[in-house]
Amino acid sequence: MTLIHLTPWDLAIAAILVLLLAAMSWWLRLGVERRVLIAAARSAIQLTLVGMVLKLLFAQTSLPLIGLMAMVMLSVAGLEVMQRQKRRYRGGWGYGIGAISMFLSSFSVTLLALTLVIGVEPWYQPQYLIPLLGMMLGNTMNGVAIALDNLTRNAWEARGKIEARLLSGQNWEEAIEDIRREALRSGLIPIVNAMGTAGLVSLPGMMTGQILAGSPPMEAAKYQLLIMFLISGGTGLGSMAAVWLGSRRLFDERQRLRLDRLVKASRS
Amino acid sequence: MTALRLEGIRHPLLAPIDLKVAAGELAFISGPSGSGKSLLLRAIADLDPHEGNVWLGDEARSAMAPPTWRRRVGLLPAESFWWGETVGEHLLSRKQTAPETDPSIDTWLGQLGFTSDVLTWSVARLSTGERQRLALIRLLAQGPEAMLLDEATANLDPANRDCVESVIEAYRRQAQAAVLWVSHDPEQRRRLGGPCYLIDAGKLVPEP
Repeated sequence: MTLIHLTPWDLAIAAILVLLLAAMSWWLRLGVERRVLIAAARSAIQLTLVGMVLKLLFAQTSLPLIGLMAMVMLSVAGLEVMQRQKRRYRGGWGYGIGAISMFLSSFSVTLLALTLVIGVEPWYQPQYLIPLLGMMLGNTMNGVAIALDNLTRNAWEARGKIEARLLSGQNWEEAIEDIRREALRSGLIPIVNAMGTAGLVSLPGMMTGQILAGSPPMEAAKYQLLIMFLISGGTGLGSMAAVWLGSRRLFDERQRLRLDRLVKASRS
Repeated sequence: MTALRLEGIRHPLLAPIDLKVAAGELAFISGPSGSGKSLLLRAIADLDPHEGNVWLGDEARSAMAPPTWRRRVGLLPAESFWWGETVGEHLLSRKQTAPETDPSIDTWLGQLGFTSDVLTWSVARLSTGERQRLALIRLLAQGPEAMLLDEATANLDPANRDCVESVIEAYRRQAQAAVLWVSHDPEQRRRLGGPCYLIDAGKLVPEP
């Protein structure tokens, strides 16, 4: 099979659907037509730009450029994690905890996959590194955001219980263990569910893409499986790091519960 | 024989406070609501950031691990919180014996009007007064060497209040524990005796 190239016309046909959706929103007074159009325009611009950047990157295989791209991806993911928190950590921690845990998990798992599993030469070949890292970041971002939000929200609500445990002579890790466990579990649920229903309800996005681009289905399935396992490992690692760092930050050196280190996000 | 000594305890709401409660002594603190009485007790138990140090006998709080400090200088907050399902889970004594077999817990339960099957009760079932009395037993089971009581009898009827007072008094004498008690009830302060202090505008002064 060969790759069927999409012409601008092909995309225009699909874009008409979006215009129709916006028109319907206007007729039915749903009030989302502006947002639909802006989001569609954003996706078109962002993906075109990324396509161009990747084309450039793929042509050069230069480590500094790839590193720069990876850092941009990480910092956007860090921002997104922070914005999804109802109660954020004050100061640099609000951004740092999410970004550090995603960095640790996504980058190490991607590196592992590139060197041990795929074994490309050099290991930073951008055709492999950038899409893999993107998948890892996108998914760990979800896990980390959910886990952190769950942690801070529940700690806020359970203040009395946590302090009662501290007063009874428990150390900070004992006092927050239930909340920590619950936060970690909530961070892992999306990927566990995704693995559980993979292929039954819908074909995962990456596998779909490969099949459309002409890969044999079995090859696509194997790649998808690889990615899912990597993602679940990365999400687990990332959520664990975030929950550990986050819960540590909720206590100070005298093991006091410091909810004053959280601040309610102005945007809910 | 361990006295409790506060040394310059300071908080946004509190001027530096120095106070000594001797081993086995009972001291009362009163003052208008919002004057910082609970904050003072929380500061002594090291729950909030603040300045100053506290000594238990000749041991400084700053030199002690916070969990050890909070176990030895026990705070009974005005509102009690429970983290487990059943009452018994909260009463595991550090002797690593089951609470049912600890004779002193059994005695306290009896004195406060419970039978030992209360340990299997679900916490959600307890009334406010029951929670308050059981919270005291939870605190005593820690074997504190000094006690900080925040309105320990506020939600109790006179009969239960008397029981709680006598349990606290018995423990204070037997363990020679220093007790710092925040109480609104002038009757109670007169009945039990001991020095009384007043927190006024962030300052701790002997009650006139």
